[in-house]
Amino acid sequence: MAGAATLEGRVSASATRFEGRVATSDSGLVKSAILFVSLTFFAVFILLPLILVFVEAFRKGWQAYFAALVDPDALSAVRLTLLAAAIAVPLNLIFGIAAAWAIARFEFRGKQFLITLIDLPFSVSPVVAGLVYVLVFGAHGWFGGWLQDHDIRIIFAVPGIVLATIFVTFPFVARELIPLMQSQGRDEEEAAITLGASGLQAFWRVTLPNIKWALLYGVILCNARAMGEFGAVSVVSGHIRGETNTMPLHVEILYNEYQFAAAFAVASLLAFLALVTLVLKSYVEWQAARTASGEQH
Amino acid sequence: MARVHRVLPGFGLSLGYTLAYLSLVILIPLSAVFIKTATMDFDRFWSVVTSDRVVASYKLSFGMSLLAAAINVVFGLLLAWSIVRYSFPGKKIIDALVDLPFALPTAVAGIALTALYAPNGWLGQLFEPLGIKIAFGPWGVLVALVFIGLPFVVRTVQPILEDFEVEFEEAATSLGASRWQTVRMVVFPAILPALLTGFALAFARAVGEYGSVIFIAGNIPYVSEITPLMIITRLEEFDYQGATAIASVMLIVSFVLLLLINLLQGWTARSNRRNA
Amino acid sequence: MTIEIDHITKRFGTFRALDDVSLDLPRGELVALLGPSGCGKTTLLRIIAGLENADTGRILLDGNDATDKHVRERHVGFVFQHYALFRHMSVFENVAFGLRVKPRKVRPAEAEIRRRVMELLDLVQLSWLKDRFPAQLSGGQRQRIALARALAVEPQVLLLDEPFGALDAKVRKELRRWLRRLHDELHISSIFVTHDQEEALEVADRIVLMNRGRIEQIGNPRQIYEEPSTSFAYSFIGNVNAFRGRVEGSNVRIGSDLLPHARTDLAEGEPVVAYARPHDTEIVSDGPEAAGVAARVNRVLTNGSVSRVELIANGPERDGAKDYFEVEVGAEELSRLGLANGQRVRLQSRRLSLFPDHQQGRSS
Repeated sequence: MAGAATLEGRVSASATRFEGRVATSDSGLVKSAILFVSLTFFAVFILLPLILVFVEAFRKGWQAYFAALVDPDALSAVRLTLLAAAIAVPLNLIFGIAAAWAIARFEFRGKQFLITLIDLPFSVSPVVAGLVYVLVFGAHGWFGGWLQDHDIRIIFAVPGIVLATIFVTFPFVARELIPLMQSQGRDEEEAAITLGASGLQAFWRVTLPNIKWALLYGVILCNARAMGEFGAVSVVSGHIRGETNTMPLHVEILYNEYQFAAAFAVASLLAFLALVTLVLKSYVEWQAARTASGEQH
Repeated sequence: MARVHRVLPGFGLSLGYTLAYLSLVILIPLSAVFIKTATMDFDRFWSVVTSDRVVASYKLSFGMSLLAAAINVVFGLLLAWSIVRYSFPGKKIIDALVDLPFALPTAVAGIALTALYAPNGWLGQLFEPLGIKIAFGPWGVLVALVFIGLPFVVRTVQPILEDFEVEFEEAATSLGASRWQTVRMVVFPAILPALLTGFALAFARAVGEYGSVIFIAGNIPYVSEITPLMIITRLEEFDYQGATAIASVMLIVSFVLLLLINLLQGWTARSNRRNA
Repeated sequence: MTIEIDHITKRFGTFRALDDVSLDLPRGELVALLGPSGCGKTTLLRIIAGLENADTGRILLDGNDATDKHVRERHVGFVFQHYALFRHMSVFENVAFGLRVKPRKVRPAEAEIRRRVMELLDLVQLSWLKDRFPAQLSGGQRQRIALARALAVEPQVLLLDEPFGALDAKVRKELRRWLRRLHDELHISSIFVTHDQEEALEVADRIVLMNRGRIEQIGNPRQIYEEPSTSFAYSFIGNVNAFRGRVEGSNVRIGSDLLPHARTDLAEGEPVVAYARPHDTEIVSDGPEAAGVAARVNRVLTNGSVSRVELIANGPERDGAKDYFEVEVGAEELSRLGLANGQRVRLQSRRLSLFPDHQQGRSS
């Protein structure tokens, strides 16, 4: 749900097919009014906040900007963010492929229910997502006593952060792959098997090339959320500077300490990451559209 | 299911792994909320989830989420319409940037919106002389929820608008309908399921949102505290039972919304498959 | 309503969809715009309806200039190729749409709307489907509802874009007859677009044959079939054997073969294409001095009293394939000829039509 957009719905055509026709072109006045309202709304709610991040980040100059970025606490936050994403994304990628293979290639009872369950983490508040791990692994949780006896820390430590990240990014890859593989059907894999391919060969040579763009799309969105998650991670982090702070948490601490320029400097790094995500995403959409139209002609 | 010979391998492995991973990472931890709540004495549970401060947070969270989703339905539809129907310079960039709220970490959105709408901010100073305070109050919550909800509406309506055959509008026009009649009687009913789905998605996301809201809300008890914040507050007081009780209420709301969204999406899919 | 199309030109980018097209259509006829895909027939129909604006030229409806009239005000009934029935409205509401959107002052009362809609549904014989939704109808039913919807606004002219294109063969035949009957009943000026010659020949009073944005020929079905006036008209309508060669006196030389013709207006050596219908083509036995085009019998397909003989040209390959010919032979004639597969014969024609051959002219 967090990524309401799936690759499937993102193949866009030119507006000229509407503007060039008598019955579907709006009058100049209506068009101007709609464009004015919608673009003003867009500017106020999307564009201005984005610009502001970069303006605020450089308010105190380049030196202050870089000083904020190379601060040891900032660097450790970057490392932890990368680590959490590096664990969560591959795990959810493998899960996504397994789930899509089971759901799109076989018939079984309760399939629709399973799809709903996979979407579940998107509709759970990030705060609740963090809380559930506190209830399981926290000092007063189910395994709290046992973990304490064996001197294993999960909550207020790195494993908790990784777990919370996995939770909130859980459906991204699966929800891209499932509808795509369902619509593609299993004919091609079955053809490969009848031609003597092993299951793994069929997957590697037939399935993967067909789903690569959707896979990449899911990974890009999954990674963006993994690096940017705040609420869930905040609950399990404990906010120990230099140890259990991810970049978004580091931004919060700097902001609450009124170090606005430093907070926006780190934030600008995350905003830059978001822009890279959007560029990659557009590139994948473009590639997927090209592949799709290539198949039609 | 009738026993069929499966040509493709890996059913047991892939389904087994899917169920195991889903259970370990999502289902079992989530069940902890309900198990923990079940151990609570009902009166205690009830007093927690109906305490004045928590009820005030429900009102704020649900009220502002509804309002934000409604605002997004109107402006999201106009934005989707602009992107699909009109050519204008910079359209591709705007189309890509619509997803910014998905890609931008919520904490970054939170501090950016706060700085923008604070009394001395770029936009906040425009409202200040009018006596309207946006940041650090309930309206700040609304602003943040509008921000994070926008792409849900745009991205559910946009593909439906793209796929909507020109012929329907041409048919209506050739039958004498005015442009407004055509939009109202032919286009709007076709995109209504998608609009409602977008509304529900934006609403569901808004109810649970935390990161972008807490910076701009001001978090004044009884005035601008959202429900997820109440869970955090209880946790910080080490009141795990209280936190869990509120979480269970939120989870039930989530489940209901998820069910509703599934029904709506089924409706959207069906109404667009017809005649195809 | 009379329709005058006056020097209409329409370009899409660099593509010339209509190239200075002029056409006068009298009142009350059922006219077919016939041609291959991309010939501009649908564009012409859409320009008549006002769904598309021409770059230059005028449209006159009943003598009045309608060029700048919006589609909304032209009062044409347009039936779309894929029907464009509103999927969220019942059959009844679809048909009632045109009445309901009328300005309040001229909008009929609800009872009147109901009466008119039911009348139209009776006309298309589908009143029992009034509460269904488009998704619940068959293709043929949708087509008839689309027609009823277009008729509801009492249009002066009915325009149909490939009305039978999306239907299977059996339903298509039925609907053709039905449309013809309906037209005879209503006498409303109608134009339909089709790429199917059989459809045009069978249904229309008048056929406008189009190719590459231009009108090739206008005439009734008999004229179009029996007196094609251009090379394109000949090759597009009906089965035809084409012989490409050069004028040599009173013959056409095709390779080493000669085919006699009766034209006197052709220059010596001019590249020509000679057309002969299968039923106007004769098979004669091969001999050293025999006239006609040499060919080899490929197969004989007997189907009732008339057999079709498929032959392969002896001449060189063109475009990597041999020319194929077809001859229709009566049963008696067939037994007299006693054809065997692979047998060498010659083809002559009782009625040969010659046209300058631009293709050949260009390649040489």
